[in-house]
Amino acid sequence: MGMEEVILRPRDAADLLEAVQASLARGMALEVVGRASKRALGRPVASNAQLDLSALAGVTLYEPEELVMRAGAATPLSEILRQLAEKGQELAFEPPDLGPLYGLAAGQGSIGGAFLCNLSGPRRFKAGAARDHLLGFRAVSGRGEAFKAGGRVVKNVTGYDLPKLLCGSFGTLAVASEVTFKVLPAAEKVRTLLLFGLDAAAAVRAMAEAAGSPHEVSGLAHLPAPLARASGVDLVRGSARSVTAIRVEGFGASVEARLSALRSWFSAHDLEELHSARSRDFWRELRDVAPLLEPADRALWRLSAPPMEAPRIVTALERLGGDCYLDWAGGLIWYRCAGAGAEAGPVRAALGGQGHAMLIRASRDERQSSEVFHPEAPAIRLLGQRIKDSFDPERILNRGRIWPE
Amino acid sequence: MSLKMPAAEAHALERREELIAGLRAILPAESVITEEIALRPFESDGLTAYRQLPMVAALPETTAQVSAILALCSELDIRVVPRGAGTSLSGGALPLADGLLLGMAKFNRVLDVDYDNRVAVVQPGVTNLGVTKAVEGRGFYYAPDPSSQIACTIGGNVAENSGGVHCLKYGLTTNNILGLEMVLMSGEVIRLGGRHLDQPGYDLLGLMTGSEGLLGVITEVTVRILKKPASARALLIGFSSSEAAGACVAAIIAAGIVPGGMEMMDRLAIHAAEAFCKAGYPLDVEALLIVELDGPEVEVDELIGRVRALAERAGSVSLRVSETEAERLAFWAGRKAAFPAVGRISPDYYCMDGTIPRHRLPEVLSRMGEMSRTYGLRVANVFHAGDGNLHPLILYDANQADELERAEAFGADILKLCVEVGGVLTGEHGVGVEKRDLMGTMFDETDLAHQERIKCAFDPRQRLNPGKVFPVLHNCAEMGRMHVRGGNLPFPDLPRF
Repeated sequence: MGMEEVILRPRDAADLLEAVQASLARGMALEVVGRASKRALGRPVASNAQLDLSALAGVTLYEPEELVMRAGAATPLSEILRQLAEKGQELAFEPPDLGPLYGLAAGQGSIGGAFLCNLSGPRRFKAGAARDHLLGFRAVSGRGEAFKAGGRVVKNVTGYDLPKLLCGSFGTLAVASEVTFKVLPAAEKVRTLLLFGLDAAAAVRAMAEAAGSPHEVSGLAHLPAPLARASGVDLVRGSARSVTAIRVEGFGASVEARLSALRSWFSAHDLEELHSARSRDFWRELRDVAPLLEPADRALWRLSAPPMEAPRIVTALERLGGDCYLDWAGGLIWYRCAGAGAEAGPVRAALGGQGHAMLIRASRDERQSSEVFHPEAPAIRLLGQRIKDSFDPERILNRGRIWPE
Repeated sequence: MSLKMPAAEAHALERREELIAGLRAILPAESVITEEIALRPFESDGLTAYRQLPMVAALPETTAQVSAILALCSELDIRVVPRGAGTSLSGGALPLADGLLLGMAKFNRVLDVDYDNRVAVVQPGVTNLGVTKAVEGRGFYYAPDPSSQIACTIGGNVAENSGGVHCLKYGLTTNNILGLEMVLMSGEVIRLGGRHLDQPGYDLLGLMTGSEGLLGVITEVTVRILKKPASARALLIGFSSSEAAGACVAAIIAAGIVPGGMEMMDRLAIHAAEAFCKAGYPLDVEALLIVELDGPEVEVDELIGRVRALAERAGSVSLRVSETEAERLAFWAGRKAAFPAVGRISPDYYCMDGTIPRHRLPEVLSRMGEMSRTYGLRVANVFHAGDGNLHPLILYDANQADELERAEAFGADILKLCVEVGGVLTGEHGVGVEKRDLMGTMFDETDLAHQERIKCAFDPRQRLNPGKVFPVLHNCAEMGRMHVRGGNLPFPDLPRF
């Protein structure tokens, strides 16, 4: 990499095609950047130039009654959410805002980044991941060819589901110029039931009961006492105990009825209730990993495993030091290491062969030398590399972001 | 058969006896089928217009057997067509004259139900309804519910990414599975996902779902199970025009309501259904809407009121709300029996499956009416109104000269129309052989090549289910070749960028 970074800024899809073709012809490796909020997520990219998509922005189609929106890949997420909110809609997968985790301002991410990194918030276990909401896209592959995939309708099985493949590809297969996605009505009302003082095992049991109830809960998380104390929400901060949270969303009367049923079910516990504004603040904190933000120099992991494995994994992680909290009924564990070292081996050993773990935040050196993404079985790795080769044979797109190459 | 399947390969036909001997070394004798009379049941699937006897059929019952069979076929360079229950409406399981038909029906066990993690692990030959049956004792169910759910298998559901009437709210197969065990054409067994959410690396689970048996053979599926909603009620709403019915659907969604199911039928479909099963449908309306709301009782009651008001505002001419579970099921009975009901008023019918942006419905129905007159064939419409998935049923008589050809041409025109208005060729039935040659109306060559190279990544010799999905069977080595362009383009960091 040269001292002065070359930055290519296509103005539109046609420019983007030219930029990728020219890079291909010159053997230039590109770091693909939307709004630059997640450059520190994944392995460091080996590139000769940055492909800055920031001009490919703007909502080009929004039909609220059809539950569909289309936008340039680098459209700010904040702009998307603002337009949706005007019509009482939202992105059901609650994309997190990870900027602050990397020392950046909040609200900087793009819609393309949310899909390409397949980032989903607390509602994921009920409403699906980012990948469940991308309907179609236009892109330029590493072959220097513009192509499209999917469509603008939810029911579509025409050909392979390339939108799924794009989600979680971290820009290594194709440079998306435009994304079309499903949007959904936002809930009229949100309530959160808080259970105080449970340990991880009791919390996971309670969350399983709530998830297996007919009350359509849309958030299930558990914060141990030290992390609850740092919350910006007074009822959580002031409890001085662990907090297990159960979120109920929907139409007014329905929310009241379900919350009341859950209150009776958990009546043996010490309970409290968050209403709409505090609920939204609380779940935003969890979504954006705010409880583990500081100290900023500590390595941070995201572990996904069957929910009932969480108590065992938490015990193993606690032996390593550091702090963690649970989301997705225990299926998601956020873990902040005791120090700057990523400790990839011990963290993955804590999984006990279940699920997977991704290093979300660490120094450049740590991300260079550790396996940021969970190691895959050799046959699956081979398939992944063949797919990479089929889209980007010269490896010019985000080289090294997922695997060393 | 107007459809061209890949030409039989001489070497494969010559190796028939070798294949049979190899299969008999892997499977019990009764699981290797070679006699014409015993192969006959496999000659077609739900798309009965196309028939082809396979060279041989095999019925494995373990993953190890599937692995050994695929390794054997790789070694002998013989093509393989996987088959679940054979209910595909797009010819996804149409055999090849020089190929092995791999029947997965013996994989029919529910392996584990894990209520705490809310998943069930099943073999691919378990029927869709069989999954729900296995968990309903504890009040759980498996959400995707294709109309063929009594017969279709979960392996086929994954291969086709099946939907159903409840997928507007609960998603398709792809949104409801967490893990797969599958066998690659090489014979290698891999596991994708599990009882946890998401995967590291590329989303191969998402890619496999809806891949129509071209990438691997599924041997185990981990599905998400959900607690049954506390209650469900339906409204039966008649309109004097499809425009008014369409406006009502848009108003419901715009009001923030996502019904569990929302179905529309046109006049011909209403009359056929009512004649068939006396569901109590109004016969003096042009469009009938069934809107089902499910969830907590208090929510359902509140939303029934809201939907009723929206329907009246949209100009409904009749409206009934189910007061009992029996009445709710009666509302559905006509819709669920719509296909056989149409079968009763016509010797044959051809079921189409395009999806359109919902607001284009009136225009699409009117143009379909014109086509109906041009082709001289009637068409009845049932429609997953919430998500824009159309099922026009073209009525024809295969015994009349050229009626099948006309029905197929009519069907192709409908699908092209779907694409023209911003929709897609198939919403839930799959491309298979049926829509294969129409892929070019939706995707250009570059789009298709990016998909075909994925096939090559999994199965470079194109042994698995070739002749489906893609209109041209390209050679993988050719597909992979790079045509570097743009060498003379101005360096793109010039000011204009």
